[in-house]
Amino acid sequence: MNSTSPVTAFLDFLALIGRVLLAFFNRVGRLSTFTALALFHCVTPPFYPRTLLRQMVEIGYYSLPVVGLTTLFSGMVLALQSHTGFARFAAEGAVATVVVISMTRELGPVLAGLMVAGRVGASMAAEIGTMRVTEQVDALSTLSTNPFKYLIAPRLLAGALMLPLLVLVGDIIGVFGGYLIGTYKLGFNPSNYIQRTWEFMEAMDVISGLVKASTFGFIIALMGCYNGYTSRGGAQGVGQATRNAVVSASILILVFNYLITELFFAR
Amino acid sequence: MISTTPAYQPPPSVPKLSLTNVHKAFGSKVVLDGISLDVRPGESVVVIGGSGTGKSVLLKSVLGLITPDSGSILIDGEETVGLRGRKRDKVLRKFGMLFQGAALFDSLPVWENVAFGLIQGEGMARGPARDKAVEKLAQVGLGPEVADLFPAELSGGMQKRVGLARAIADEPDIIFFDEPTTGLDPIMADVINDLIVKCVKELGATALSITHDMASARKIADRVAMLYKGRLIWTGPAAQVFDSGNPYVDQFVHGRASGPITMAVRA
Ligand SMILES: Nc1ncnc2c1ncn2[C@@H]1O[C@H](COP(=O)(O)OP(=O)(O)OP(=O)(O)O)[C@@H](O)[C@H]1O
Ligand SMILES: [Mg+2]
Repeated sequence: MNSTSPVTAFLDFLALIGRVLLAFFNRVGRLSTFTALALFHCVTPPFYPRTLLRQMVEIGYYSLPVVGLTTLFSGMVLALQSHTGFARFAAEGAVATVVVISMTRELGPVLAGLMVAGRVGASMAAEIGTMRVTEQVDALSTLSTNPFKYLIAPRLLAGALMLPLLVLVGDIIGVFGGYLIGTYKLGFNPSNYIQRTWEFMEAMDVISGLVKASTFGFIIALMGCYNGYTSRGGAQGVGQATRNAVVSASILILVFNYLITELFFAR
Repeated sequence: MISTTPAYQPPPSVPKLSLTNVHKAFGSKVVLDGISLDVRPGESVVVIGGSGTGKSVLLKSVLGLITPDSGSILIDGEETVGLRGRKRDKVLRKFGMLFQGAALFDSLPVWENVAFGLIQGEGMARGPARDKAVEKLAQVGLGPEVADLFPAELSGGMQKRVGLARAIADEPDIIFFDEPTTGLDPIMADVINDLIVKCVKELGATALSITHDMASARKIADRVAMLYKGRLIWTGPAAQVFDSGNPYVDQFVHGRASGPITMAVRA
């Protein structure tokens, strides 16, 4: 055993907490400055429409299969589960309503956000990280191009713009999944199911989902860019940046999902 | 009074580039320990020195990619240490830089790499920019068929030459070459040396280069400076470099393993 007294051990423990807290606030501070700078460059010229367009296609179009499949099966399983659950209260009629509300409010944005975080956030971090460690980011600034404007602003804008569109498509596919199961497997009358879907869906359900989506898109791009831009030290550093981008984006998505829900629906 | 030129023209006596007592340390590792160097307009200075002595760090400090810990760096008589944002962009416009690892943008084809500064910095249309890029590629000994390849499809030496074409494409005032001939065969190395001399003479550009290749140094330099242990221990005309009377320089230019410079090699 070592000979340190309980007092010094306790002080060491306090020092550890202090260090962890300092490191945490240091990171938060850096991230905040980075975000502020990135936002500033989003709204000041020059703009790079070509890069923006490329990112919009990359995020919006190429994520469609992933998001479509995820939401389709989620809608299907939702119909199935709520049917067996509500059967206990003889309330099977609520299936259509449950599917559309949970899809638009929660599952659409969150599932799309998490899937896109894995797909797009990772590739952004890897791409910008590689550019950083191979000095391409430095090269940009010697060619009269601000890396924030050229690399980061288009990605943030594309993320915030395209995720709502993706989620809208995902919502529709998810509701359609529920409809498929509801009508073909659970024996609902198709026109009845559709009528119940429309009847209980409110504009606020969809709008809140789209606000979430836009926030998540921004978070995904921000985490991808921040971790890539600040990565250091070769392939290992890039690998670390990629992992951090996905993990931090996923966690932030779940946190902001709660906060935005609270904002819209808590009274 | 008499002068009608609107733009400020520094008097010829003002050095293009003037470093005074520049320090830079990474953690406890001191890399630059009081560098002072003046480069006159149109002059070509070559910095020689062992691997890892901080030559690349020196160039990056002037570009502001690394912030020096202390000291002053004047460009056209204007202090640039601590410049940010638009002011920094404006200073960087004067520079062209060939990075040691070429640092080509691997998401863009070769011609767009070369034309990057023209398109993004000067707003040239893509058609004429492409023609200009092909012309610059020809100057570094690359045919038009290379223009549509991607950097990953080129050999190391070809990447270096594309990097060179990119650095000189928008005819900068001041050009930095970080080991321009490393990785090239002797004949191509000499072609590049000639090209550098031509650029400096024809564009009237000021050049600061790094090289280990003494043949190259002799050809492109007006003046040679030797970096050792964070200081410029010898500066003199290129013609004198082989009989400088300085034992460090002697050992370096003749490539002798024994002498005052001892390499940290443990057998
Ligand atoms: N970003 C950085 N962080 C920490 N240390 C660095 C950084 N950049 C350079 N160094 C250190 O500074 C020293 C000088 O590096 P530099 O790249 O300038 O060497 P060099 O003289 O260009 O060598 P070479 O001829 O091999 O290219 C090295 O020891 C390197 O470890
Ligand atoms: Mg170097």
